[in-house]
Amino acid sequence: MKYLDEYRNGDIAARIVAEMRRVQTRPWVLMEVCGGQTHSIVKHGLDHLLPDGIELVHGPGCPVCVTPLDMIDKAHAIARLPHVIFCSFGDMLRVPGSDGDLFTIKSLGSDIRIVYSPLDCLKIARANPDKQVVFFAIGFETTAPANAMLAWRAHEEQVNNLSLLVSHVLVPPALEAILSASGNRVQGFLGPGHVCAVMGYSEYDPISARYHVPIVITGFEPIDILEGTLMTLKQLEEGRATVENQYSRVLNRKGNLPAQQLISKVFEVGERKWRGIGSIPMSGYHLRDEFFHHDAEKLFDVAEIATMEPEICISGEILRGIKKPHDCPAFGTLCTPQHPLGATMVSAEGACAAYYAYGRHLNPQTSDKLQQIAPGSSPYNTTVQPREKPEYPHASR
Amino acid sequence: MCLAIPGKVVETYDQRGLRMAKVQFGGIVREACLEYVPETQVGQYVLVHVGFAISRVDEAEAERTYQALRDLDQLTELEAPVVDEIAETDEPPHPPWMMNAGGTRQ
Amino acid sequence: MPAAEDDLKKKDAGENLTPFGICPIPIFEHKRIVLGHGSGGKLTADLIEKIFLPAFHNPTLDKLDDQAVISIGGARLAFTTDSFVVTPIFFPGGDIGRLAIHGTVNDLAMSGARPLYLSAAFILEEGLATDDLRRIVESMRAAAAEAGVQLVTGDTKVVNRGKGDQIFITTTGIGVIEHDINISTDRARPGDKIILSGYIGDHGMTIMSQREGLEFESAIESDCAPLHGLVTAMLATESSVSGFIHTLRDPTRGGVATTLNEIAKNANVGIVLDENAIPVRESVKGACEVLGLDPLYVANEGKLIALVTREMANVVLEQMRQHPLGQDAAIIGEVVQTHPGMVLMKTEIGGTRVLDVMFGEQLPRIC
Repeated sequence: MKYLDEYRNGDIAARIVAEMRRVQTRPWVLMEVCGGQTHSIVKHGLDHLLPDGIELVHGPGCPVCVTPLDMIDKAHAIARLPHVIFCSFGDMLRVPGSDGDLFTIKSLGSDIRIVYSPLDCLKIARANPDKQVVFFAIGFETTAPANAMLAWRAHEEQVNNLSLLVSHVLVPPALEAILSASGNRVQGFLGPGHVCAVMGYSEYDPISARYHVPIVITGFEPIDILEGTLMTLKQLEEGRATVENQYSRVLNRKGNLPAQQLISKVFEVGERKWRGIGSIPMSGYHLRDEFFHHDAEKLFDVAEIATMEPEICISGEILRGIKKPHDCPAFGTLCTPQHPLGATMVSAEGACAAYYAYGRHLNPQTSDKLQQIAPGSSPYNTTVQPREKPEYPHASR
Repeated sequence: MCLAIPGKVVETYDQRGLRMAKVQFGGIVREACLEYVPETQVGQYVLVHVGFAISRVDEAEAERTYQALRDLDQLTELEAPVVDEIAETDEPPHPPWMMNAGGTRQ
Repeated sequence: MPAAEDDLKKKDAGENLTPFGICPIPIFEHKRIVLGHGSGGKLTADLIEKIFLPAFHNPTLDKLDDQAVISIGGARLAFTTDSFVVTPIFFPGGDIGRLAIHGTVNDLAMSGARPLYLSAAFILEEGLATDDLRRIVESMRAAAAEAGVQLVTGDTKVVNRGKGDQIFITTTGIGVIEHDINISTDRARPGDKIILSGYIGDHGMTIMSQREGLEFESAIESDCAPLHGLVTAMLATESSVSGFIHTLRDPTRGGVATTLNEIAKNANVGIVLDENAIPVRESVKGACEVLGLDPLYVANEGKLIALVTREMANVVLEQMRQHPLGQDAAIIGEVVQTHPGMVLMKTEIGGTRVLDVMFGEQLPRIC
């Protein structure tokens, strides 16, 4: 597949890593903001390719993880109603609320449907005029153009049995919250590539300047992430702190103007609660008043729903890069992907879920490197025993 | 966030007043909404997220930046002695990824 | 949850933790069955371990192979059953009837048995078009002929409209295991090479492509096919030793990753794969990328995984490639002594990834 396969080339990856070793002189802590980037790192095993001393910390860029518990409970309350067809992206189906997840609710008879595109909800609404179709509109800025189009079309075409339950969040305020928190260890950021394809990246200049941190807008394929890491590393080693664009084949500083225009017609910026972090002002989208008839939070009686998070969960500190999953007493025991207690275990990109998938709950005392769990394993080994080899003095660092 | 995949536009058309396209990803073709990149022509590549093209791929820029990566030196002087050291033994040749990731064996 | 709290106290005391879930008293938390329990992943395994096994356990069942190998009057028989509930009932490359025949034939073939006789039980929903039933039955006739098996007994029930999703079929099969064939999951050994018979993900992505809202145009077809001919060819490989095929499994629900995890866990061995060696069609790859799915977890209906001794692996591979159903066969990894119970994979880019067992259904994602 063009523009995909070539960004998974092992030879190019090796070159980038060699270049990293050449420029690195000390340890650094980098955060990749986007859940999709975390997913790519885990899926391709990228953090094992990095030189020792470059630590990648997983950020809060997973809309599933940061959707507050009371919003999930509101979604579930609406989904349970008999005259409702509840539509959602696949990601949200397994997120547990206070009492089960959408799959459990489905098993009790509710009509819950997975959609790939928000526009599918228009078709469902037209085909079921006697039902209320509600779409769980989560996401960061990347998904806002699609969700905005749904609200816009519903409004224009007067599809009055369709509404959106909006839980949109924005990246720049989250970065500010991370950087301004005491105990912050993050020194550089891999910025969110697809968010910036929509919004451009001029919002990141003041953040980079105020906190003196490099922010490199990065793509999602392994080569993108490695190149973004290299560019961030170079800035850190040279003492620079600016916004750079690694993902230039897809985006520029301005972003997608038609998308931004429709977003501002449909949504206004307001306060949003972030699971694990708390309320951040001006950090999310809400439907404008003109779209009252398509705003599920106003149409359905869910305003009173408020939920408490389990106290034991430290996902707030994990989302901010201050702690790691194995610092949490519940990691792998009370809290697992099957039984998530908090934001970062809830979706596959969350740091705790990613670590769990690596089997790190089985080895809590060791560091991140998988070699400790699986020494010497390789499909190219013809022997079964791990090899005893003398250390070459030049090879040690 | 998240999951947006590059695909090639193979057909464009209007549907209920929305600009749409058939986009090819590897061996499959899916519909996507082109409203946000309306000037896209057949044969160009777009980035698709949840059924919407959110950006076009700049093919010249892609080629330029990829070439820069290809031009990165594979091994620097620092790594060279390790290569010689390994060549002197009877070890079976390591696959390329194992060699180049810093020159140390794993 | 008693087990988890004990773990917490142990952790505080600095003791080694027992991995979550390994507790003498099976606690099954779900109050109701959810769709994920049918996905073939961890939820299904939970259901088996915590509800079915405790009730029925015996040495044959406890092996949890795709089939039961039993001895009656000196003959070794393979015995298996499977239910088919797929929607849509007609799809590119097959239908529920063809699946019902070949699915059971393949479960028998994975023990090295020659499949002989099948039974078929039909649950029909009131309102099913008789023409559709006729089409399915004709497809089953053709599939049985193709597989060389006979349908010797059956049953039919009809349920009220709304209680049966058009048609459910359950097939049960019997085959005979000849000579000294001894193929089962617990024979897996470190050093064995892992051979995959061809392209993965075809069946699951074909079904996915028919789902509302996820349609895509493609040439993907289900790979539904009877595998015992391929198995016979593999067993006939020229060799000075016997018993070089240790394990055979067909990666159906849950895909290759789930099946390999089952082998790793049941045989207590480690497995290492090479991502570059795994064959995936461009069309399946494209569909998976777009929906955010992983081909390693997608169902197959005409593929097998073979664990073969290191010495015989290349010869068996060549033998497979001569057979129409094994033309694209490849060695994708090996069994190792380290990290027992875990499946690792060297990724395209040179990293390492743990292939965990799937939890519930694999869902399309936006993230």
